[in-house]
Amino acid sequence: MKLKFTLAALLLAVVATGTVSAQEHKKVTIATEGAYAPWNFSGPNGALEGFEIDLAKVLCERMKVECEIVAQNWDGIIPSLTAKKYDAIMAAMSVTPKREEVIAFSTPYAAGINGFAVAADSPLADMPGTGESYSLDSEAAEAQKRIDEIAALLKGKAVGVQGSTTASTFMEAYFKDGVDIRAYKTTEEHNFDLVSGRLDAVLANATVLAAALEKPDMQGAKLSGPLFSGGVFGVIAVGLRKEDTALKAQFDEAIKGALADGTIKELSIKWFKVDVSPRG
Amino acid sequence: MPFDLPFLAESFAALLRGIPLTLQLAALSVIAGGFLAFALAFMRISGKWWLDAPAQFYIFVFRGTPLLVQIYIIYYGLSQFPMLRHSLLWPFLREAYWCAVLALAFNTAAYSAEIIRGGLLSVPAGQIEAARACGMSGHLLFRRIVMPLALRQMLPGYSNEIILMVKSTALASTITLLEITGIAAKLISVSYRTVEVFVCAGAIYLAINFLVARLFAWLEYTVSPETRRPEEHHA
Repeated sequence: MKLKFTLAALLLAVVATGTVSAQEHKKVTIATEGAYAPWNFSGPNGALEGFEIDLAKVLCERMKVECEIVAQNWDGIIPSLTAKKYDAIMAAMSVTPKREEVIAFSTPYAAGINGFAVAADSPLADMPGTGESYSLDSEAAEAQKRIDEIAALLKGKAVGVQGSTTASTFMEAYFKDGVDIRAYKTTEEHNFDLVSGRLDAVLANATVLAAALEKPDMQGAKLSGPLFSGGVFGVIAVGLRKEDTALKAQFDEAIKGALADGTIKELSIKWFKVDVSPRG
Repeated sequence: MPFDLPFLAESFAALLRGIPLTLQLAALSVIAGGFLAFALAFMRISGKWWLDAPAQFYIFVFRGTPLLVQIYIIYYGLSQFPMLRHSLLWPFLREAYWCAVLALAFNTAAYSAEIIRGGLLSVPAGQIEAARACGMSGHLLFRRIVMPLALRQMLPGYSNEIILMVKSTALASTITLLEITGIAAKLISVSYRTVEVFVCAGAIYLAINFLVARLFAWLEYTVSPETRRPEEHHA
């Protein structure tokens, strides 16, 4: 009997806090993937860490709300937002037209930069454009030239990407013909398969690859070919439900503030060693 | 969200292309697992501890751990060993397809072995005695009496196992295979429409398993003539 009362009280409490947060956003639950280092990942003690975890704390402080950060599988991250399991997504998610059909985005807090990684002893180790960087928007022609050269090299090869990402969109858009594109649940999994030799290359966010390549088990791999940004990679922003316009305004203001005073740049240098703040 | 019929039809058509791979995975693993299961079942009932113990241990391990974990160990785990990557097995284990077949076969073998053992033990002692009285023994006794009776006992349990296997092939999508569930995940990744796509995928599994269930119902009917009323002869 006592147990029943406790349970009922608990349920009531959950329902009560749920409604309050939906109306006033005193408490915001933010979902992240937790498997996308150094953006967001589970640290050695199991707690979430990374650029976005730090940034979320900064933004929540600026918005004067209490925040809880939860981990959610990438596959279900958008459906669970629309199902109100949490209020916001900060998971290195790029703004794409497809996603904008379903959810709203805040003002961007980072730019998406992607590149290939291959085994250092493979024939793909020095693909044309290694060390260069192209925007798919402002340098479309030069980028396309490099893409054509790389497409010829990747013919018949297996390239891993994380499914449902801009990396997979990019591969499907530019390398669909002749390249065996394989979708993985996480970047960690496609990295395993790159090391084991099942894959000839992977395409992923350059910051994530750079961090992964520092690990001892990835010693045999390296970045190859140019880095791409803009176009399908777009910019990275907080994902929100379309109807939560007040929360979007709060996030927009907090992000603008954190960009203006250099906090985002500082965090970016801390986690990525490069500045990923969106330009312009 | 309104149900969008053109999108539904498009998803359904895309998902249908996953059926051959789903069926291949299920069929290959059931066949390979079936052979292994028979071997394990005979080891279990051999009465020799050194045959019985390893079979018991195998069944304990593969029945007691999740299939997803087994798939991950075979696909991601084994590939961590450079020794294995340089072995003759690598061309085989390199492919996600064979890793999936292997994991599914190992898994179903553990369950099927117990179903087969149950079937063999269910043959009444009286039937065996009667057969011996008629002068049968050894292989002849097994082929004519024990096996047919055991097979009939196994059928309902075994049909369950095959239906479970058809559904288990969905886990192969976690190691990049584009069977029905893999294609569904891909469709959702571009459309973000979970309900329509998974409803279609579910319907396809349902249709496959309906056919499997009917097939086993028919098999059971054909091997149990004595439970039916004798057919009336037409003049």
